[in-house]
Amino acid sequence: MSKELIRLQDLCMAFDDELVLDHLNLYIKDSEFLTLLGPSGCGKTTTLRIIGGFATPTSGVVTFDGVRINDVPPHKRQINTVFQKYALFPHLDVFENIAFGLRIAKVSEKEIKERVMDMLSVVSLKGFEHRRVDQLSGGQQQRVAIARALVNQPKVLLLDEPLGALDLRLRKDMQNELKRIQQQTGITFIYVTHDQEEALTMSDTVVVMDKGRIQQIGTPEDIYNEPKNAFVADFIGESNILDGVMHQDYVVEFFNRKFKCLDKGFAPMEPVDVVIRPEDIEIVPADKGRLAGTVTSVTFKGVHYDTIVDFKGYKWLIQTTDYHEVGEVIGIILNPDDIHIMKKSEYSGLFGDYSSYSAEYDEINDPDFAEEDEEDADDEN
Amino acid sequence: MKTKTPAIPYVVWMAIFVVIPLFLIVVYAFTNFDGHFTLENFSNIDVFLQVFGNSLWLAFIATVICLLIAYPFAYLLAQEGPIFRKVAMLFIMLPMWMNFLLRTYAWMSILENNGFLNQFLGLFGIAPLHLINTDGAVVLGMVYNFLPFMILPIFSVIEKLDNRYIEAAQDLGANRRDTFRRVIFPLSLPGVLSGVMMVFIPSISTFAISKLLGGGLSFLLGDLIEMQFLGSAYNPHLGSAISLMMLALVVIAMLIMNRFGDGEEGAVIM
Repeated sequence: MSKELIRLQDLCMAFDDELVLDHLNLYIKDSEFLTLLGPSGCGKTTTLRIIGGFATPTSGVVTFDGVRINDVPPHKRQINTVFQKYALFPHLDVFENIAFGLRIAKVSEKEIKERVMDMLSVVSLKGFEHRRVDQLSGGQQQRVAIARALVNQPKVLLLDEPLGALDLRLRKDMQNELKRIQQQTGITFIYVTHDQEEALTMSDTVVVMDKGRIQQIGTPEDIYNEPKNAFVADFIGESNILDGVMHQDYVVEFFNRKFKCLDKGFAPMEPVDVVIRPEDIEIVPADKGRLAGTVTSVTFKGVHYDTIVDFKGYKWLIQTTDYHEVGEVIGIILNPDDIHIMKKSEYSGLFGDYSSYSAEYDEINDPDFAEEDEEDADDEN
Repeated sequence: MKTKTPAIPYVVWMAIFVVIPLFLIVVYAFTNFDGHFTLENFSNIDVFLQVFGNSLWLAFIATVICLLIAYPFAYLLAQEGPIFRKVAMLFIMLPMWMNFLLRTYAWMSILENNGFLNQFLGLFGIAPLHLINTDGAVVLGMVYNFLPFMILPIFSVIEKLDNRYIEAAQDLGANRRDTFRRVIFPLSLPGVLSGVMMVFIPSISTFAISKLLGGGLSFLLGDLIEMQFLGSAYNPHLGSAISLMMLALVVIAMLIMNRFGDGEEGAVIM
């Protein structure tokens, strides 16, 4: 599990004068499920293309199993890719699409048949072998693309937003399916997505990227609970981010009040970003809270209500299962472990304010919306 | 069901210029000079078997040569930058801005016994070659005149070929040759089929090229038909019968080609 398989060292990539990857360093361990997560144009697809051999970095070193592979063409790498929108061969049926890599490798006809049939049952497509690929639904095409890559028993499987074109229900099913296949085969998965939920659900390791740089590497729990900066805190889930001052270890001040927290190691009186997750905030009657505010908007979300509360002109998002009317004055209590302190960064002040909140905020995560941007980014390649 | 109204002008056009002439040809083919029904026109056709064979053979050769020139050309051109492609396309199309007959006359004066080519060869002391009025000259004329019709469809298919398929093939272990053989060529077949049709059909029916470059020696179907309508052997009934036979030949050739296409709907066959 812990053996290092791929190493990206000081990787830079520039298209024309635009720096797409900015001194990227990343180690990928054998058999792990690693996700590159970030918004459109953050460099995640470019990183994947470099690993796959479809792009050559401007500078830096890519090693595979300790060997430099910068100039090794894609067909000589023990890496297979599940492409965005699959790229299944339209002139071949399902069987021949999956058999493609094996035929190139001159595997015997008998073994091809066995391995393709095995693969078809892994992806639950038995009986589809002689269908034309354009007769398949999106989810089925997706599974053919996965089978076509996996049948070659690669060391590493690259997946470029493979679930982007599927509807929500199917996406959830395929997430579980992919995780299961990964655990079953022990193949290293490197997964690219802009969907934070997908990343948290499936990954062993999440790499959050923005502007060609890695913002944070960690387990899904680390990334969610201990975001390193305002960008990560905002991109992974919802966050209220406030300006604060760290008085001493375990004591932070914001809204002119001191709160206990679990963070330490900051300079005395150092300005910091304070993250409070909307679901961690406890609502109590106004006179019993540490802070009191007025409810300005309520949106029903199914499991919970998105409640926007105005604290002295600064609006917070609170997720609660109890309904509070607009105009109601409520109090809140914050426990020490509800408060997470981050160092100031270039992202401070850009995120985490719900003053301009509207019910549409989550459409920014809409896959189609982001996908168009992604294609623009791809064109530069 | 979509409304049919906008299609009416086209239906009228097709009726006047396609259906009615075809109907007249059928009527002529099955009647004699007195207007009586007869099959005589068809029973006499075996006399011209050699002409049929010769036409098929030369059209086949011309098509094969066009394909051998056009495919690598189109393939390499598709790899070039957009400006180069545009200029190259312009040069491919340029000869077509000139009259077809004029171009063929030009070849006549090049290939003549004391034409440009032989004069040029004479400078090096090479004896004049007999070039004009041979099957070779006719095939050359066909290839020269119809080559663009082969290049264009193949080029446009290869140019539009999605790069993702090529990357997918490389990803699955295919080197350049495998990628070409297993992905690029099969995916460009619709263009090849269109090109083959667009060269084969005019080649089999041409009469000007064989007349000018083949003299009387290379006598093709087109010449035979022309002779029945305009020439000395005036017999529009026989000419119609031969035309129908040629139509049948073309249809058969198309059906055979379509089998190779394996149901590729992208092919422009006519």
